[in-house]
Order: sequence, then C-alpha cells, then structure tokens
Amino acid sequence: MGTRTRLRVTTALAVFTLAATACTGGGSGTGTAGGPVGKGGSLPRDETLYTTGTQWGPPANYNPLRNWDHATGTKGLVYETLFHFDPNEGELTPWLAESGGWTDDTTYEVKLRPGITWADGTPLTAKDVAYSYGLGKIEASAFHSLWSWLSDAKAVDDTTVRFTFKEARYQEWDSTLYGQPVVPEHVWSSRTDEDVLNGVNDKPVGTGAYKLRSKTQDRVVWERRDDWWGTKALKMTPAPRYIVDVSNPSNEVVIGQLGQGQLDLSNNFLPGASSLVKSKKVVSYYDEAPYMLSANTAWLVPNTTRKPMDDAAFRRALAASVDTGKIVKGVYGDLVKPASPTGLLPQWEQFDDKALIAEKGFTHDAAAARKELADAGYKDKDGDGFVENKDGSALGLKLAVPSGWTDWMEAAKVIAAGAKDAGIKVSTEFPDQNALNEQRGKGDFDLVINNERQLSNTPWTYYEYMFQMPVQKQQNTVNFGRYENEEAWKLVQELGGVKTDDTAGMKAAVSKIQDIQLTEMPIIPLWYNGLWSQSTTGSWTNWPSDAEGAPKTAPALWRNWLEMGGFETLTQLKPAK
Amino acid sequence: MRRYFARKLLIYALTFVVAVTVNWMIPRFMPGDPVSAMVARARVSQPEAAEAMRTYYNNLFGFDEPLWQQYLHFWGALLQGDFGISIFVFPTPVGDVLLDALPYTLGLMIPAVLLSWFVGNWIGALSARRKVLDNTVLPAGYLLTAMPYMWIAVILAWALGAKAGWFPISGGYSLDIQPGPSADFALDALHHWVLPFLSLFLVALGGWAIGMRNMIIYELESDYASYLSALGAPQRLIRRYAFRNAVLPQVTGLALQLGVLVAGALVTEIVFAYPGLGSLILAAIQNQDFFLLQGAFLFIVIGVLIANFLIDIVYVVVDPRTRTGMAGGTS
Repeated sequence: MGTRTRLRVTTALAVFTLAATACTGGGSGTGTAGGPVGKGGSLPRDETLYTTGTQWGPPANYNPLRNWDHATGTKGLVYETLFHFDPNEGELTPWLAESGGWTDDTTYEVKLRPGITWADGTPLTAKDVAYSYGLGKIEASAFHSLWSWLSDAKAVDDTTVRFTFKEARYQEWDSTLYGQPVVPEHVWSSRTDEDVLNGVNDKPVGTGAYKLRSKTQDRVVWERRDDWWGTKALKMTPAPRYIVDVSNPSNEVVIGQLGQGQLDLSNNFLPGASSLVKSKKVVSYYDEAPYMLSANTAWLVPNTTRKPMDDAAFRRALAASVDTGKIVKGVYGDLVKPASPTGLLPQWEQFDDKALIAEKGFTHDAAAARKELADAGYKDKDGDGFVENKDGSALGLKLAVPSGWTDWMEAAKVIAAGAKDAGIKVSTEFPDQNALNEQRGKGDFDLVINNERQLSNTPWTYYEYMFQMPVQKQQNTVNFGRYENEEAWKLVQELGGVKTDDTAGMKAAVSKIQDIQLTEMPIIPLWYNGLWSQSTTGSWTNWPSDAEGAPKTAPALWRNWLEMGGFETLTQLKPAK
Repeated sequence: MRRYFARKLLIYALTFVVAVTVNWMIPRFMPGDPVSAMVARARVSQPEAAEAMRTYYNNLFGFDEPLWQQYLHFWGALLQGDFGISIFVFPTPVGDVLLDALPYTLGLMIPAVLLSWFVGNWIGALSARRKVLDNTVLPAGYLLTAMPYMWIAVILAWALGAKAGWFPISGGYSLDIQPGPSADFALDALHHWVLPFLSLFLVALGGWAIGMRNMIIYELESDYASYLSALGAPQRLIRRYAFRNAVLPQVTGLALQLGVLVAGALVTEIVFAYPGLGSLILAAIQNQDFFLLQGAFLFIVIGVLIANFLIDIVYVVVDPRTRTGMAGGTS
C-alpha cells in the first residue's frame, strides 16, 4: 500500500509538470496576452471588427420581434427596417423603402426599392412588409398596441404597401417605420404564433448586410453577405467582413482588452474613459469634454402620489437643490453634460422654448430652493436644519438607485447633499436592481433615478414618458412618478398627431407642454447620459468624430442604434493598413 | 456490502428530494418577479399590451398555476431531464446553457482540487520529516490558505498577466478563436486556463500541506508508533503506517471539496471572466432567472451527491474499518 500511495503521488506530480509545460507551450504558441491576435484563429484580424458593450449576457435569440433580448445586430445587421433615422438631420432616410408618404390624413404608402432579395434568394415584396406589420395583431406581441391605431397594412402591388389608420399618430408612426423589422413571409408564415413570438430563430434569413456565422456563450460572429442589395442601391458596403460582438463581463476586462488592441469598439460606460482618450489609447467622438454624444436623459423621478412630492412647489424646490454641475464633474469626470431644464436632448434643442426657459427654467440655487420651500409653507420647526411637512410631521425621503451602478450611486449622494443644503432630508439606498424595478413599477418608492427613454425621432417619446395616462397598478416603462395631469396628456396626444415635417406645429405643441412641465416639474432632468463609445485605431480607422472630414454618424452598435447611424458607421470604417 | 450501499443510496435519495424541494422553493420566495422584469425589458408602455404579455408569459412559465401544481410539474419535468427554459438566455433550454458552461468549470476545478490534494499531501508529508521544508513550506502554506481566492487571483492576474504578459487575464479563449475540436482552440483554452487554475491550486495547496504535516507528526508521536519503534521496526515502516492513518481525514476533506466543486470556482470565474457555471450563477441571480438558477443548483446538488458516493467507495478501499463494518461485525 505504501509504495502504491507514493506511486500515485509521483504520477500526479508528473501530470502536473506536464500540464505546466503544456501551458507554457500553449503560451508561446498563441502569443502573449494581447499578442498577435488572429494567429491560429479563423478570422483574419484586418477583416474583423471586435466590438463589445451591447449585451451583458450570452446571445439569447435571433428573433427580431424580441427587440429587448435578441442578440444585438439581429435587427440592423440581419433584419432591416423600412427606414433609418438620421439624428443629425432629424429625418428618416429611406432604407428598404424607396420612399414613403401620406396620401391622405390616415393613409400612408410605402414604395419598396426594387431588386431587394432575402439571404435565401427570394425577392422581398410588399407582402413581406404587410405580413411583418401584421404580426403585431398577435395579442402577446410587444408591438400589439400599434394595432389600436393602425387598422390595415396591405400590399397593393409587389412594391407598394398601404397602411390605413384609425387614428394617425404621426410622431409615433415615424418611430415605428425605422423601428419595426421586416421578416420574410415565406419563412415565417408556417410558424405558430408561439414560435413567432418566442422562437429562437437561430437560422435567421434577412435582407441585411450580414448573416449569422457562429455563436457561443459570450459572442456572436456576423459575416458579411457579398450579395447585399445596399452595395448597389445605396453605394454602401460595411467595411468589416466579420463582426465579433463579445458580451463583456466587466469594465476592467474591457479596459484591458482595449489597452491590448483586442477590441476595436467598446460601447461600455467606462468611468475613466476621459483619461484613456487624453492618453490617446482610445478615440471617442470628441477629444475633450464631454467626449461622447448624448444618448438619453437621466431623470430624478419623484413619486407624486406621496407627500410632499405631490406638491409642485416642493418638486421645483427639489429641482433647484440638485447640483448637476457637481455630478457632471465629480462623478462623471465631464463625460456627460448637464441636462437643460426641459431635459430635451441636445439633438432636439430646436424644440426648447428659450423664452419660456428663461422665464420659468431652474438652475442649481440652494437659496432659491429654500425660498421656494418657505413660500410654499415648508418650515423647519424643530430647528434640525431640515424642513417638516406642512402639517408639521417629519419629512424624510429615500432616493433609491440600483446597487452596483456606481456612477448613479455617487450621483445619488450628490443629490442628497444638495437637498440637505436646501433643507430637505434625503437619504440614499441601494437595493438590488430587480427589486428596485419592481418597487418602481408598483409606485413603492420616494425618489428614483431613471433614463428609460433613448434618443428618437421626436421629443414626443419623452413627453409620453413624462405624462402617459391612465396610471396603472404596474407602470412598466413610463410615468413611474404616477403624475396625473389630464391637460398635459391631452397636449402630448395632440403633439403625437402633428405631422413630423410640420416643425412649426411641433414647436408650438411642445412649447405648451414645456410650460406645464416647467411649472409642475413632474420629473427633474439631471444629465445626458453619453452614447458611450471608445474605439481603438490599431485595426480600423475613420471612426466618427467632430473632427473635420470625419463621419458624423453614431459610433454605437447598441440595440436600435444601428438604424440611427450605427450601421452607417460600419460603412465608413477603413482598415488601418 | 450490499446493505452498506443500499443504506447509502437511500440517504442520497432522501437528500436529493429535500435538496430539490428547497431548490424549488428559494427562488420563488425571493423578492422580484421575473415576468415583470421581462415585460419591463420589452419596453411595452401601452398598458393593455403589457398586460397581455404578462398573462402570456405567466402562462408560458406556469406561474399562473397554484404552487403545489407548479411543484409537481417541476418534478415531472425534472425526471424527464427538463430543467425548463432560461429567461436570461430566452428561449434556450436551461440544460443546454448549463452544459455549455460545465466543461469550463469542471476542467478548472477537477485538476485544481485533485492536484492540490496530491501535491499538498505530498509536500505536507515530506515537511513533517524535514526541518528545512518545514520552515519554508509551512509559513508559505499558512499565507496561501489565509489568502482569499479573489486576492490571490488578482495578484496572479496582475503579475503574470498584466505585468509579465505571459497569460491572458480574462475569458476562456481568445476573441478570435472558435471553440471546437481543434488544436488551436485547445492550446488557446489551455493558455487561458492557467491563471484561474493557479489561483485555485495555490490556495488549496497550502491547506492540504498544513493538514497533512500536522497529521503525520501526530501519528508519528502516537503510541503505536512509539511501540513499533521500541520493537525495533524500521522508520520506513512506521512512516508508512503513519501516512496511511494520516491520509484518512484528508480523504474526508477531499470529499467535501469535490462536493462544492461546481460552486467553488464562482469567485475565480468572476475575476477571470471565465465562462463557467460560476459566472452563469451570478448572471442568473442578477437576471432573476429562476430556472437557470434552479438548474445550476441542481447540478451542484448532484455533484455533491456523486462526489460523496465516490468517496464512500474510496473509503471502502482505504479504510479497513469500513470493510469490517460491511462484513457484519459492527454497523
């Protein structure tokens, strides 16, 4: 037995030494970390774009109708939409559609480009479009609500689709036109509703410039289709033959991979991004503050069903107490911009009513906040430095942000400190994200920070977010503060009914809404989150930037951003050599 | 022999039932509602549409049934090898998601646990007899065991990965490699495997070495050793007996280690962004993926039971007292 034991030990040792040498062997074989990537791999480095920051988990499915959890790129790279949206010009660009327009107030006609084929060779026809929009009739479909105001989608001939409306929501319709993917009827029509809504669709057949090449737990590889219609019709060719989209586990890992040139584009929020840009390790849209384009507004959402947040004067005082400048500088290191008093993104600046803002807008001003509180009847009766409710009861609010969102956690502390200066007692709490989502939906909170809505073709999306009614038991994505104002909601609906090319009409409608917004302050704009994007130039150059001659498209492959310039960015890239 | 194993199997079966039940219960009593999370992620703002989706998914996942029915269905599906559908990686079956990650975890943990056990015991046994080794290995061992996984992992990543540049510090394989049965992939995966392996190996190594060293010294000073010595038996023989006795507690320790095999690498996997079960469990928790979480825990439970069963068999071989028990002497 003794010898046997010893023998076992020595074998184990031999195995270990073997393993160790094998490892070092492997090491020199594939090069050191960050060494010559591409060696031994199947994808040539100079034809491959490595990107990350678009998804946090394994690529789940390739079903373009599941716009919230399909692998990023399913819509945009494989499946396409009728239009794209150009945020710089603020207008739709024809994509699958050659043109589109209102033939009367409730009829919209789309003319498709001729000669577009699906990846399997079948031509794209108007029937495919009508079929794709018709899928929204399935009750559990995520865009089922479209059919509460759309009444029919019909193929008139091979290249003409006619949409007729019960109620024309022009603003919303434009977002739909560049948001809704078109799927092939001849592949999808044999599927059950269940499969349409929830199928994994791992052999996607689209009209797009890419097809699915392979997928694993942490990445998707897209491969360019050389017979893509856009090469001829749009004179565009996406530069990378392969796109490898890596789902990244953590920021530290991303920084390491960027530093080693393994990644070409990271759409992650990296807290130290400004120093990476300054040291020329990566490039971003601007080479100085704010470095990034703006993508969405972060709001402070007060629960207006609770006292004293149901009081507009209190909300205005709270708004004036927030030191956004300190958040922008201290927390974000100037990576973001403070929001305007209306919270509208810079891309929508033309809709800000300057005169109204000058009159009713707010700035950070602790004294003004204190005065507003005092005028409204909030007094510090017990002398502890914090005001009490009007009825004399103690006032203490909780500001909740998800645990682990370090930038928001820091921002919450700044907000609490600002509120303290104004005499409002605000404490911070950091619950688990899912628990917080649930509380937020049920209205079980005092204050939260939220940035649910992204840049879109119209500020209408922001006003819907602010004012949507009626308030439900469970608020899913909008009006978390449960603010109720019939008049405001009516105005928002009116704005929705203004044609999108009627800028003057939109401005007039927005101005009326802004008047209510600035007086009532249902939610408080904080800062504009950036379109986080940092690129390396070792393999690909000509990234979008504000420099002269550089592309001005969105440098992001985020969900829904491929239609807002992300795809065009791919066509502008140039190999480094 | 048959009675011994029959009794063991019964105990394992009972443990399994209890573990599965607890496993089923825990996520259902966690705060948060996965269907709400899903509907919220779908960004459906129109109330009627959201309600329709909620109903649909509640029905799809069976959350609209009474609890006892959900429990029975859970067992029914489980016995058919169906772990349900992942919410996080919708609509991939949980089993597939787990099986993708399992090789990485096992490939990391089995060598780490077994090698650290063999090498640790060997070093421990040697250092019990050699002053020099005792003075060097032991303090190092204490240092290693006292170090948290995370700490040593970060140090290794920094020193051998970031500074020396010998090993990649994240992922299971390079960005440009396709997993598959190729030499390129094997080498690349091995290259990525080294640092996480080392972090696990080094920490465990110290513990085994210290344990073994102390046990051997204890055995060498025990009565039977002195008696053998007085009888004039050669030191070699005494040491052999001492080793055989000392190794028994270590075998028990190994059983415990093997049991937590799957879960043990959680921290390491997160530090090195290694695509194993540990990372998956974290993601499942963060995404409130009931089914994935249950599946992962079930894997752990099954792992613990199998490991223990194996060790039971090993005991029969290494510990004569078990055999005596089976022969019907005492039980």
